[in-house]
Amino acid sequence: MTRLLVCPPDFFGIEYEINPWMRLNNQVDHEQAILQWNSLMGVFERDIGVTLERLAPVPGLPDLVFTANAGVVVGKTAVVSRFRHPERRREEACFEQWFRNHGYELLMLEPGLFFEGAGDLLGFPDYWFGGYRQRSDIRVFPILSEWFHREIIPLELVDGRFYHLDTCFCPLSGGELLYFPAAFDRYGRIAIAERIPPTKRLVVPEQDALRFACNAVCINDHVVLPAGCPETERMLQERGYHVHAVLLDEFMKSGGSAKCLTLKLDG
Amino acid sequence: MDIHQETVVLSGHIIDSLLLAKVLDIILMMGGTFDIEDIRIGKTREEPSRARITVQASSHTLLNDILKSIQPHGASVEREADCRFEAAPADGIFPEDFYATTHLPTQIRLNGRWIDVEHIEMDVGIVVNQEQATARAVPMGEVRRGELIVTGREGVRVIPLARPRERDVFGFMESHVSAERPHGHVIADIASRMRRLREQHRREGAACRVLLAGGPAIIHAGGRDALTWLIEEEFIHVLFCGNALAAHDMEADLYGTSLGYGLTAGRTVPHGHEHHLRTINRIRAIGSIERAVASGVVKNGIMAACVRKNVPVVMAGTIRDDGPLPGVITDSIQAQQAMRAAIDGVMLALLVASTLHAVATGNLLPATIPTVCVDINPSVPTKLADRGSFQAVGLVMDAASFLNELARLLGRPA
Repeated sequence: MTRLLVCPPDFFGIEYEINPWMRLNNQVDHEQAILQWNSLMGVFERDIGVTLERLAPVPGLPDLVFTANAGVVVGKTAVVSRFRHPERRREEACFEQWFRNHGYELLMLEPGLFFEGAGDLLGFPDYWFGGYRQRSDIRVFPILSEWFHREIIPLELVDGRFYHLDTCFCPLSGGELLYFPAAFDRYGRIAIAERIPPTKRLVVPEQDALRFACNAVCINDHVVLPAGCPETERMLQERGYHVHAVLLDEFMKSGGSAKCLTLKLDG
Repeated sequence: MDIHQETVVLSGHIIDSLLLAKVLDIILMMGGTFDIEDIRIGKTREEPSRARITVQASSHTLLNDILKSIQPHGASVEREADCRFEAAPADGIFPEDFYATTHLPTQIRLNGRWIDVEHIEMDVGIVVNQEQATARAVPMGEVRRGELIVTGREGVRVIPLARPRERDVFGFMESHVSAERPHGHVIADIASRMRRLREQHRREGAACRVLLAGGPAIIHAGGRDALTWLIEEEFIHVLFCGNALAAHDMEADLYGTSLGYGLTAGRTVPHGHEHHLRTINRIRAIGSIERAVASGVVKNGIMAACVRKNVPVVMAGTIRDDGPLPGVITDSIQAQQAMRAAIDGVMLALLVASTLHAVATGNLLPATIPTVCVDINPSVPTKLADRGSFQAVGLVMDAASFLNELARLLGRPA
């Protein structure tokens, strides 16, 4: 059974601006945020049957809700993130503590080697892709590759709005890839095309991409994604996926959506 | 040096991700160049690949800009180490793992600083002076016990030649040698360079010189007068040759023959084959070529011009020499040393009609010195061009035709 690490949005809000989506003058409707988060969790627990592990929210850490950036988990081993922005660095200790308390073996990257967890490391069972330049440092991928004996193909993120790989790139359980090509340069697009045949590449239109259609969570044949991405929903349904669209626009104010709000454990 | 360079390492899954291609493209697009020093491709998908890339740029600023642009893609400046060295175990013997030089400009890293290796030449070692923080090339035979000799390859780097600024025949990086290639423009480019170098020589003296290394075919083929004129007109400032060129040049002066052939009559002269022996004997009796010229015994020709113009001549002997003439160095290693001592300040080398002297001179010269090799036998220019110098130009042609044309272009009256 799939387990996801999540963190209730008790202290979620816009307290700084570290990506193009965040605006201090575009504040979160706190009640709405809680309702949206609860409905997302409802989909996971009730509709898909996921087990949720809840991390205790901490005042003053508004982005702790985005657990995708806690680190990466492979079996019982976890690599805790090293955030690029000092604003989020204070989250590292919370995530580290949680992993320790839950019996994970921790692998630590040296300080200053930025890596923002599952937000920038996604893939298929045999090989992974690593997003770099915006947040994670490309130099972490050879290290992770050695630790986990997995090929990691780095992809440069060239559009500041898609600052983590999981904002524009979503591997699906059937081997398809949901992605927004314009978030990558020519080299990245070719590298993707070399690995994933055209029939498996689901190109998200810009309109959907800007609503973070790619920030979707795929669990078996279920895909959970933000509401308002009809074209993406249609593509997924055609491929036989059960699509769950959830309104998450309060979290979009912070540049995050369904995938950012979860971290797959035992992945 | 005009080239600024730094070695970077790129590792990880750099092939399928096209990262290597991207980094190389960035270097080129920004106006730099690169050399892939080595590349190791992972044998399986999981195994990473690793490339060592030397990035070159025409200025320090551009190099830094390029390094800054490729760094986010994982190309990090290699951690550099000082060069290693060991004491020579005995006179004339390098340590086992000595670094063997190329003829390209070379630097070694000493106490964290890159320093130029002085007097670089091919196939020798590098001796380090720690106190003065200097390094120079040293031939095997000249090393003294206890001198510190660079070993291994770490902390040694070779600087590729920059494309010369002049847009002449030396600037096109051709080392193509062909008998079919038109010679006219090549000789014209050499002539204009020599005209410039003569002016510079007149201003700077020994700091700017043109070297000619030649064989006796120059005399046989009829190039003697042209070469004499070039020396007298101060276009040539150092001469390397063997016993034969000097002997036949003076034979021509004393007897009007070259190896017994009448130079003007064009036929053998009775007992002409003895002429060069009689010439050598005569000069030996006088004691030196200089004295033979000073006393008026030898009046004209190449050797006379050299003496009058104070052009240093290094004569290196071979195993089949007659005599030899006074001044011919019969010990090959001593001859090399004398040649080595005479190449300082050489800015152009003409290697004409001599296999051994041409190759020996070519080996001594750093790759930065423009070199012209003229021989009727294509194998000689080819051999020199194969040394990989961008600035080696090979001409497959007769020595006399070359010298006559060169002298004509430089203003010798017809």
